[in-house]
Amino acid sequence: MNNLSYIALIPLLPLAGFVLLGLLGKKYFGKAAGIIGTLFLFISAALAFYTAYQYFSSGFNGVYQPVIAFKYTWLQFSENLSIDMGLYLDSISMMMIVVVTLISLMVHIYSLGYMKREERFSTYYAYLGLFTFSMLGLVLSSNIFQIYMFWELVGVSSYLLIGFYYDKPSAVAACKKAFIVTRFADLGFLIGILVLSYVSGSLDFNTMIQTLTQPESSTLKTAVASSFLGVSAVTWGGLLIFMGGAGKSAMFPLHIWLPDAMEGPTPVSALIHAATMVVAGVYLVARLFPIFAITTPVVLEVIGWVGAISAVIAAIIACTQTDIKRVLAYSTMSQIGFMMFALGVSKYGGEAGLGFTASMFHLFTHAMFKALLFLGAGAVIHYVHSNEMKDMGGLRKSMPITHITFLIACLAIAGFPFLSGFFSKEEILLAAYQHNAAIYWIALFTSGLTAFYMFRLYFSIFWNREHLAHSEIQTYKKSEGPFVMMLPLIILAIGAAAAGYIPFGKYVSTDGRPLESHFDLSFSILPVVLGIAGIVSAWIMYKKQNPLPDKLSSSFGALYKASYHKFYIDEIYLFITKKVIFNLIGRPAAWFDKNVVDGMVNLTGNATQWLSGRIKKFQSGKLQSYTLLYLMAAVVMAAIIIYVWK
Amino acid sequence: MTSPGLEQILFISAALFFIGMYGFFTRRNLITMLMSIELILNSVNLNFIAFNKYVWPDKMDGLFFTLFIIAIAAAEAAVAIAIIINLYRSHQSVDVESAENLKY
Repeated sequence: MNNLSYIALIPLLPLAGFVLLGLLGKKYFGKAAGIIGTLFLFISAALAFYTAYQYFSSGFNGVYQPVIAFKYTWLQFSENLSIDMGLYLDSISMMMIVVVTLISLMVHIYSLGYMKREERFSTYYAYLGLFTFSMLGLVLSSNIFQIYMFWELVGVSSYLLIGFYYDKPSAVAACKKAFIVTRFADLGFLIGILVLSYVSGSLDFNTMIQTLTQPESSTLKTAVASSFLGVSAVTWGGLLIFMGGAGKSAMFPLHIWLPDAMEGPTPVSALIHAATMVVAGVYLVARLFPIFAITTPVVLEVIGWVGAISAVIAAIIACTQTDIKRVLAYSTMSQIGFMMFALGVSKYGGEAGLGFTASMFHLFTHAMFKALLFLGAGAVIHYVHSNEMKDMGGLRKSMPITHITFLIACLAIAGFPFLSGFFSKEEILLAAYQHNAAIYWIALFTSGLTAFYMFRLYFSIFWNREHLAHSEIQTYKKSEGPFVMMLPLIILAIGAAAAGYIPFGKYVSTDGRPLESHFDLSFSILPVVLGIAGIVSAWIMYKKQNPLPDKLSSSFGALYKASYHKFYIDEIYLFITKKVIFNLIGRPAAWFDKNVVDGMVNLTGNATQWLSGRIKKFQSGKLQSYTLLYLMAAVVMAAIIIYVWK
Repeated sequence: MTSPGLEQILFISAALFFIGMYGFFTRRNLITMLMSIELILNSVNLNFIAFNKYVWPDKMDGLFFTLFIIAIAAAEAAVAIAIIINLYRSHQSVDVESAENLKY
C-alpha cells in the first residue's frame, strides 16, 4: 500500500457531483442528471471496493494497523491540539466505505426509476451526492473535530432530503424536527468533544485514544480525578459523546425524529434513515471504543442499556404501526439498538471483544437487508400509491421480484438460519449471553418480536387478500417497476442472503487481531425457534383476513393503544417543551429580552433623540448667528489660552 | 511731522477690524457683508506689516503673509461673488435672510 492519495477521490467524487448538479443540473442536464450522479458514484464505489480489497488483503500480518492515508493540518492551536483533515483507514472505516458506497450506488440506480417524474430531479441527485460525500468524510475522519463537521453535514443533507417535498407541510415539520432533535443531541456531542480533547490534549483519534487508555499516564489520572457532580471528567465526556451518537442513531429517548423522517422520498429513507446515517452513532462509539471499554466502563454500561431499551420499545411499537415505512423505521431503530447494546456488552481485546465484532457485522448485514426492505417498500408504494397497509394485500402475483426479494430480506432480519441476519444476530446474542444476562433476555424477546412484526408487514403487503378489488386494479400500473428499480433489489437480495458468509471476525475486531468466531449450533436453537414462532404467529394472524388481529389487539387493550401511539413519547416531548420549557424558561426569557435587553437599546435611542431635539436649534441656517457663535468661541478660547493656560 | 508709531497703526487696524465686524453683523446684503470681510482681512494685513516693520525690521515674514492674504482674498472674493450670483438666480435676492433653507 504505497500511494494512497487516490482514496481522497472516494469522498470527493460525490462532492464533485453535488457541485456540478447543484449549480448546473437544472439548466443543462435535466433528466441526464441522474445518470451523471450515478456515474460519479459508480467510480467512487469502485475505488472504495478496490481500497477495501487492498487493505484487507495486504495490510494483513496478524494485526490490521490503522493507516493514515492523507493528512492536512487545517487549524493548529498548539503543538498537539490541531484540527486536521485526514483519511483514516482501519478495518471499520474500510467496512463503512464499502457499505456507504454500495448502498448509495443502489439508491442512485433505484432513484433513476423512482424519482423519474420529479420536477427537482437534478436537485435530488445533487443532495444525494452531498450526503454521500459527507457520510464518506465522516467514516474516514482521522480527527474528532473533522468527524463533527461531517456529522453536521450529514445532518444538513438529511434535513434537505427529508424536506424534499417541501410543499407538503408534514415533510417540512418532519425535516425541522429531525434537524432540531439531532442538533440538540449534537450539543452534547460538541461538549463531549471539548471535554475529551481538554483532558487528553488532542483532537486526533490516535493520540486521544492512546492518552486516555493508559491507566498509568498522568493525564488520565488527573482526568479521572477531576470530577463534576461526582462523575469524572472522562466519563462525562464519554456520556456526552454518546448523547450525540444516540441522537443520530435514534436511540431512546432521542428517537422521535426517525419515524417522522419517513416523509422523505423512500430511496432516501433507504439510504439515510436505514443503512448509513443512522448507524453513524454506532460507528462513533466503535471509533472511540477503546476509551469507552478501558477507561469508562460505566458509559459502556449506559450504552448497553440504552441500546437494549431502544431495541425492545421500537420492536413493540413496530408491531402496531400501519404505515409500512413507519414499521420499517421502528425496525431500524430496534436493529440499531441491537448494534448499540452489542457494543455495550463488549470488552476490549481478544475473545471478550466479540460484541464489537458482532455489532459491526450486524451493521454490515443490516445495511443490506434494511436498504432492500426500504427499496422494496418503495416499489410497493410506487405501485399502490399509498403507505398504508390497508391499501395493500395480495400483491405477490403482480409484483413477483419485489415479493421474493422482500421475503429474503424479511427472513434475513428475522434471523432465519443461513441468511445474513442469522449470523450477525447470533453473534450479538452470544456476546450478550456471555456478558450480561438481563440484556440477553431482552434481546431474545426482541428478536422474536422482530420476526413477528416483519412478517406481519410481509403478509399484509403480499398476502392477506387474495385479489385486489377490481376498481383498484384499474388504477394500478401493469408492471411492478422499471428495470433500474428491480436491479438494486436483486443485487441487495444477494447481499442480504450471502453477506453472512464473510468471515467478519477475521477482519474486524477491537484490537485488529483476527477473532475466531466459533459457532455454537445448540446456542442458536432458542433464538431460531423464537423467530420461527414469530413468523408462524404472523402467518396465522395475517396470511388471510381474519378477526384474530382485532381480537388480540382489543385483549391487549392499554398496551396496544400505548404502542399504537408510540408510547406517547412525542406527547411527552410536546408537554415538556410547550408547557414546561416555554412557560418556565421561554416566556420569562422573552419578557427579559423584550423589556430589559430591548429596553437598554431603546433607552439609548430615546436619549439621543431627546438630546438632539434640544440642541438642534443651533442649526438655524442663519449665517450671521453661526459667525457670531464662532467669534464668541474664538474669544473664549483666546481668553483661556492667554489667561489660564499661559 | 513724525511718522506714526506701532500703537497708532495697531489702533487703526483694530478700528478697521471692528468696523468690519460691525458691518458683517448688521448688514443683510451679502455683498456688503463680503466687503466687511475684506475690511477684516485688511486689518490683519496691516497688523502683519506693522509688526514686521517695528519689531523685526530685518525679516520679511510679515510681508509674505500679507501678499498671500491679498491673493487669497482676491480668490475668495471671486468665489463668494459667484455664490452670491447663483443665490440671486435661484432666490431673486441677495439678502442673507432669504438664504436660510439649510437648517435642521
